[in-house]
Amino acid sequence: MSAETLILLALGVPFLGSLFVLFSGPGSANVRDGITVISAVILFSIVWTLIGIVDGGARPSVTLLEMLPGLSITFTLEPIGMLFAGIASFLWILTSFYAYGYMRGHHEANQTRFFFCFAIAIMSAIGIAFAGNMLTLFVFYEILTISTFPLVAHSGTDEARRAGRVYLGILLSTSITFLLTAIIWTYVEAGTLDFREGGILAGNAPVGVIGVLFGLYIYGIGKAALMPFHRWLPAAMVAPTPVSALLHAVAVVKAGVFSVIKVSVYIFGIDTLATTGVSTWLAYVAAATILLASLVAMRKDNLKARLAYSTVSQLSYIVLGAMLASNIGAMGSTMHIVMHAFGKITLFFCAGAIIVFAHKTEISDMHGLGRKMPVTFFCFFIASLSIIGLPPLGGVWSKWYLAMAAVETEQLIFVAVLMISSLLNIAYLMPVVLYGFFGKEKSAAVHAHDGHDDHHAPPDHPMLKHLTFGIKGVKEAPVMCLAPIVLTTFGCFALFFYADRIRLFLAPVFGG
Amino acid sequence: MSFIETHISVLVVIVPLIAAPFCILLRNSVTAWAWATVVCLVTMALAVQLLQQVWLGGTISYDLGNWPGPWGIVYRVDELGAFVVLIVAALAAIVLPYAKTSIEREIPKERHYLVYCMLLLCIAGLLGMAVTSDAFNLFVFLEISSLATYVLVGIGQDRRALTAALRYLILGTLGATFYVIGIGMLYQMTGSLNMTDLATLLPAVQDTRTVHAALAFIVVGFGLKLAMFPLHFWLPNAYTFAPSAVTVFLAATATKVAIYSLIRLIFTVFGDIEPLETYNLRFAVIILAVAGMFAGSLMAIFQTNIKRMLAYSSVAQVGYMILGISIGNALAMAGGIIHMFNHALMKGALFMVMGCVMYMLGSVKLEDMAGLGKRMPFTAAAFVAGGFSLIGVPLTVGFVSKFYLVQGALLAGWWPIALLIMLSSLLAIIYVWRVVEMMYFRSPAIGHGQMTEAPMTLLIPTYVLLAAVFWFGIDATFTGDLAMAAAESLLGGSK
Amino acid sequence: MVDLSFPGLLNYWFVFLLMLIGLYIVIAHENLIKKIVGLNVFQVSVFVFYISVAKVKGGTAPILADGIEVYSNPLPHVLILTAIVVGLAMTALGLALVVRVQESFGIIEDDELRALEDQQEDEGNNA
Repeated sequence: MSAETLILLALGVPFLGSLFVLFSGPGSANVRDGITVISAVILFSIVWTLIGIVDGGARPSVTLLEMLPGLSITFTLEPIGMLFAGIASFLWILTSFYAYGYMRGHHEANQTRFFFCFAIAIMSAIGIAFAGNMLTLFVFYEILTISTFPLVAHSGTDEARRAGRVYLGILLSTSITFLLTAIIWTYVEAGTLDFREGGILAGNAPVGVIGVLFGLYIYGIGKAALMPFHRWLPAAMVAPTPVSALLHAVAVVKAGVFSVIKVSVYIFGIDTLATTGVSTWLAYVAAATILLASLVAMRKDNLKARLAYSTVSQLSYIVLGAMLASNIGAMGSTMHIVMHAFGKITLFFCAGAIIVFAHKTEISDMHGLGRKMPVTFFCFFIASLSIIGLPPLGGVWSKWYLAMAAVETEQLIFVAVLMISSLLNIAYLMPVVLYGFFGKEKSAAVHAHDGHDDHHAPPDHPMLKHLTFGIKGVKEAPVMCLAPIVLTTFGCFALFFYADRIRLFLAPVFGG
Repeated sequence: MSFIETHISVLVVIVPLIAAPFCILLRNSVTAWAWATVVCLVTMALAVQLLQQVWLGGTISYDLGNWPGPWGIVYRVDELGAFVVLIVAALAAIVLPYAKTSIEREIPKERHYLVYCMLLLCIAGLLGMAVTSDAFNLFVFLEISSLATYVLVGIGQDRRALTAALRYLILGTLGATFYVIGIGMLYQMTGSLNMTDLATLLPAVQDTRTVHAALAFIVVGFGLKLAMFPLHFWLPNAYTFAPSAVTVFLAATATKVAIYSLIRLIFTVFGDIEPLETYNLRFAVIILAVAGMFAGSLMAIFQTNIKRMLAYSSVAQVGYMILGISIGNALAMAGGIIHMFNHALMKGALFMVMGCVMYMLGSVKLEDMAGLGKRMPFTAAAFVAGGFSLIGVPLTVGFVSKFYLVQGALLAGWWPIALLIMLSSLLAIIYVWRVVEMMYFRSPAIGHGQMTEAPMTLLIPTYVLLAAVFWFGIDATFTGDLAMAAAESLLGGSK
Repeated sequence: MVDLSFPGLLNYWFVFLLMLIGLYIVIAHENLIKKIVGLNVFQVSVFVFYISVAKVKGGTAPILADGIEVYSNPLPHVLILTAIVVGLAMTALGLALVVRVQESFGIIEDDELRALEDQQEDEGNNA
């Protein structure tokens, strides 16, 4: 099959999958979940083939249709996008297993709508990754926003509805007011919206306009959660945990920062940013977001909320890297997309396992839980180390490159920010693990929850039963949830050793 | 050339005009409906043929009764005219199949044939406005369509429809009479009523007070007809209380044709004078347009009757169109023109949804729509899709309009206007989302839990329009090229 | 082509006066019948305006006859014939609507009607 066909297939598979899910009917949950898993596997194998093609130096491109005279929906592959697509599609496989266990274990309603929207969201993420021009990116960006809204408001409670309103309100208004304006303005100035190496605005617009445009772009991409437009991300945590894990730690937020990198590299050009200096003030905003979000995270007792603010903070690492206007910085940003994805999805998977199988959402209730769920807490520990950036885990490399970029551009203050932030990471992630393993159980609360546990006994299915490993007192999450957790944790290790391979893959864009 | 090709520009008008009285002769509700539907389909075919001829062969000029202009009445159809003819004819052809079921529910049977007769007259009047190149003939067609409209509004089942129609009649007549005064003055100064002739004669007298006054009368007159803020007061109630099918047709076409006529007058009749530039009107008009965009949207947010909410949204959308034609470059003009078409599609679809709701619930109040997503899933989904287009989400026609308008505003250097356009679409998010939340995240009132979907005869036309909303949103090359060509030929004379 | 030396611009002043009277009645009077009467006055002022535009000094009725050189302009007359028909239709429809309003509301005063409608709106009575 030609690369062009594969590109269209990569978009078609999740779309068809979503349709199958929609029409599989409520009575056939197994068929529905099977379809999700199969679509995920097929999608990843397609993306993997395409990664090979791009690695070989080819840049296949396909135009779907002409939307406006002179502007078309076009997909063009390039390394940064392939990296994003690869992660999103790979983690979709694991998440669909995990979601299978979680949604049934949690007795969630409206599962068909859930899996339908999920597949559409994945399709949009792939569309964003493959986008060959800014219009295509914008179209899929908006589809992603709209398709994830029902996932956020999934439970339909007042809280979920309010959260959904914040989510949609911020993401739609920033994208329409700022991003779309910026896109149209770019089109007026440059006469094209294609992504080109070196940027399309260089030499086509006065510096003042470039500055305004850059601000509009970066704030228009609300999914990058740069303060003060970050409120939607914590709000989105009311969604079921698989959504928080894949979409709000990987697909959606990474689509945001990916767009930021894409805009910086292919619309403005790293060199243009460096010579005009329009990105400097945003680097400071990103640095401030890193620190402030970490501080807020420390004050959150709800585990998912703490992880959400941690994500806000980590996303700004990526934005910061792009704003430093150096190739190494952009390389570090792109790598951080991968490293953070594996680390954060593990953390969310663990949080979800704790919610469903121990019925705990607040960190202060989790004292001693690590002895009951040792594997989960151990994985949480490893993933935390990766987020903090310690060897031998993947997270260390991206931080290394970011720090190098700060040194190279002689902005040492950002090196300091990165170091302080690492300390703050330790401060808000390690207590969870420490209390979990060494904290004293609150006996009364546990009994109450145990009663609750028996009431909602998990379905009598071998894949959904608690694992005990034959050890007394251990009541671990079922294999359906635990296996993805272990796999992503392993991924954090593996990335430490394969980081150089990723660097080589990205080399055509950012140089050796 | 065949008979049809030669006389095409007059045929689109007289086919529905002559067909209208037959509805009265037929009397029977179903046969009158069938007759009107067939006529509308024929008119639609003629409109397609007309557009094709204009697109391939350029502007068509037709001397009525072989009396040559400027003494005789001349019909002149260029790209824009043919486009507007197509909008009206296409909407009529979609509304008529929809109308039967809806009208049977909302209007006593013995009056049905009158509705169809009036609809055909209204269509004939609107089409006539689009093709004529004679200023006074325009007035006659304007009144044909307006009188038919007053009847159609007044025939609604709510008694407030009567007062709405009467107030519309009073304001509409004032507007039309203002227009007649305006062209009377132009006639006095030039001795001609032919639009192309006027265009060549007017520059010689452009600095006289009579011509200034004439322009003012004409703009205010049509401003009333097209509900330009702040002359929009007749519109919300008229749209709210008219029968659903009538609202669909009026909202989709009537204001568009009035805007078209205003474009004709400003850019063809006064084209060489460039009135917006010469008389320093551009800024004033832009202010009014933007004020309309915001006032309409803000009022829409506070409505509990969803038909009225959509009516206020129309006031806002008219603002976009006026903005497009007043910015003064081809891109913005194309944005205004394309929005006439796009807005006809999306507002038509949304009012059709309201027709479905009215049919099943007998009410279009916000609180009655609780849980509609479960009770009428297809209807509710249609509202969401149409709402996306109002907001301007990509892949819908609303996005295309906005893209052109903002591009035009930026090209002219009016970046605050570009930002205001975007901000006003945020207001659209608010008023659309109120309804969506009510439909999907509220439980229905007790006793209304079961699923009761609207009949297929209502849903299919609704979905046909929605399909067009997405079709022309995904592939806007046809409408875009057409609007650009029309805009360039309009501005070509003055640039 | 239009000679305005006699009666000067006086006729236009009268037209203007008539126009304002009509407009005033439409705006100021609450009674719907009076509003329609006002509309008629307003329209008639426009008719007069067209007719006086058509007058040519020394011209006679536009009927072709021997020995007559100067005619009034016939076109505005024709136009106004059309406009009169339109005005007639408008009046008939307007009055018919007033009758219907009287039947269903019992009053034809615009301000009182507005109050009644607001009341109906508040009651949420949509029928």
